Amino acid sequence: MSEPKDNAVAADRAMVPYWEAARAGRLLLRRCSTCSELHYYPRPLCPFCLSSEGEWVEASGEGVIYSWSVERRANPPYAIAFVTLREGPTLMSNIVDCDLDGLAVGQAVHLQFEEREGQPVPVFRPS
Amino acid sequence: MTIKGKAYIAGIFEHSTRKAEGIPLSQLHAEVAKGALDDAGLTVADVDGYFCAGDAPGLGGFSMAEYMGLRVRQTDCTETGGSSYIAHLNHAAQAIATGKIKVALITLAGKPRTGGAPPGRPPMAVIPPDAPFELPFKPTVLNLYAMCARRHMHEFGTTSEQLAWIKVAASHHAQHNPHAMLRDVVTVDEVVNSPIVADPLHRLDCCVVSDGGGALVVVAPEIAAQLRRPKVRILGAGEAIKHTNGGEMDITWSGAVWSGAKAFEEAGVRPADIKYVSVYDSFTITVLMQLEDLGFCAKGEGGRFVADGNLISGVGKLPFNTDGGGLCNNHPGNRGGMTKVLEAVRQLRGEAHPAVQVKNCDLALAHGTGGYLPTRHGSATVILERA
Ligand SMILES: [Zn+2]
Repeated sequence: MSEPKDNAVAADRAMVPYWEAARAGRLLLRRCSTCSELHYYPRPLCPFCLSSEGEWVEASGEGVIYSWSVERRANPPYAIAFVTLREGPTLMSNIVDCDLDGLAVGQAVHLQFEEREGQPVPVFRPS
Repeated sequence: MTIKGKAYIAGIFEHSTRKAEGIPLSQLHAEVAKGALDDAGLTVADVDGYFCAGDAPGLGGFSMAEYMGLRVRQTDCTETGGSSYIAHLNHAAQAIATGKIKVALITLAGKPRTGGAPPGRPPMAVIPPDAPFELPFKPTVLNLYAMCARRHMHEFGTTSEQLAWIKVAASHHAQHNPHAMLRDVVTVDEVVNSPIVADPLHRLDCCVVSDGGGALVVVAPEIAAQLRRPKVRILGAGEAIKHTNGGEMDITWSGAVWSGAKAFEEAGVRPADIKYVSVYDSFTITVLMQLEDLGFCAKGEGGRFVADGNLISGVGKLPFNTDGGGLCNNHPGNRGGMTKVLEAVRQLRGEAHPAVQVKNCDLALAHGTGGYLPTRHGSATVILERA
């Protein structure tokens, strides 16, 4: 897949608190003040009702693997996953510091951040 | 307002190339257009509607309309990945049903093997909002579809052996197609013993990568009445987009749940009435999920449904992709929706290879999935009848 051509992060004013928190090792979700739904990835307009009233909510960092795969042809191979956070939303991530042959759906994982191409990204390792 | 019975597929063409060295995309589009118009018994002067997707070079349909000398009064460049061409069929039928046009041309061409558009995600002029939250994790077409397979296995007990039966069935059909890239019949053991590319998918769970193209000509009933080729009537169609829904995800089902239901409702038929099905087969798991979601079996029963040759023409209850499909025949531009319609029309005309032709094939369904199955994808379904 192709990478973004310019810096999407810098151009998005509403997401500044998200990236600042990420740099400090905290993962922010977005809760809508109108319909109360929690969503991720975060948007200034709620994807359930398009309300622009919302608040940032810090994720606990605890989650379980919803699904996973290991890209075996990559060098080195890596694990991609959907992780369901304790708070509810499911997000795409990588499972790191793990046995690539020992992953399982339902496995408990814990959040950590890694810097990739200057961007702090949320990844998970087995709890 | 319905499209039921208001439009006919009068011409089809599939490019025979699988590796288009030295042939640009524009020429491939024009060659398949000419082939489908010849098949219908029409000329380029008869075309008043043009439908193409993101594989067509230039902005929308402009460059190809110019290159082919089309005089276009209605155009639609809906881009929903591999499902685009089935969506175009729906839109062409709508334009014909409302009297806007009489002869619609739909073209697809791609050359991922020899240059042109690269395989996978098309270049993005504007970065989509999901990109910073996904691209750092290195999603690939393979590992994304693999995660659907993994979750399906977890929830429903689906096995690699059951998925393998889908490739086995496709290979049984491809052996009769002289143009197919993979013509060797394979066994369940060979599929599950092929190397794992992205757990739990094996190399033989994947489709081929090929150059090629195809085209459809869709006409109003009064035009169809003047033509000599066997007629195929459009009975119903449906479309949908499925996405990650703010993180409230279930990746074990696809948008076929919605697009299929719409198509069946409009056509006034049930899954049990369908004699032949063309379903998008980017991977074996794609087929299994779509068959469930279209209602050919209950959710979670797909593994048992596809096993033991149930999809093999002349053997099982639901013959599928009798040209060998994307799994064995071709997958022009990594976009399988067009070839799905082509083989469905061949079946309804009685022009499939005799070894795979379904007896008394009077009702068929073609379905496409475009994009990325677990994150965001387009679904398009069409139900066709021998007239
Ligand atoms: Zn809301």
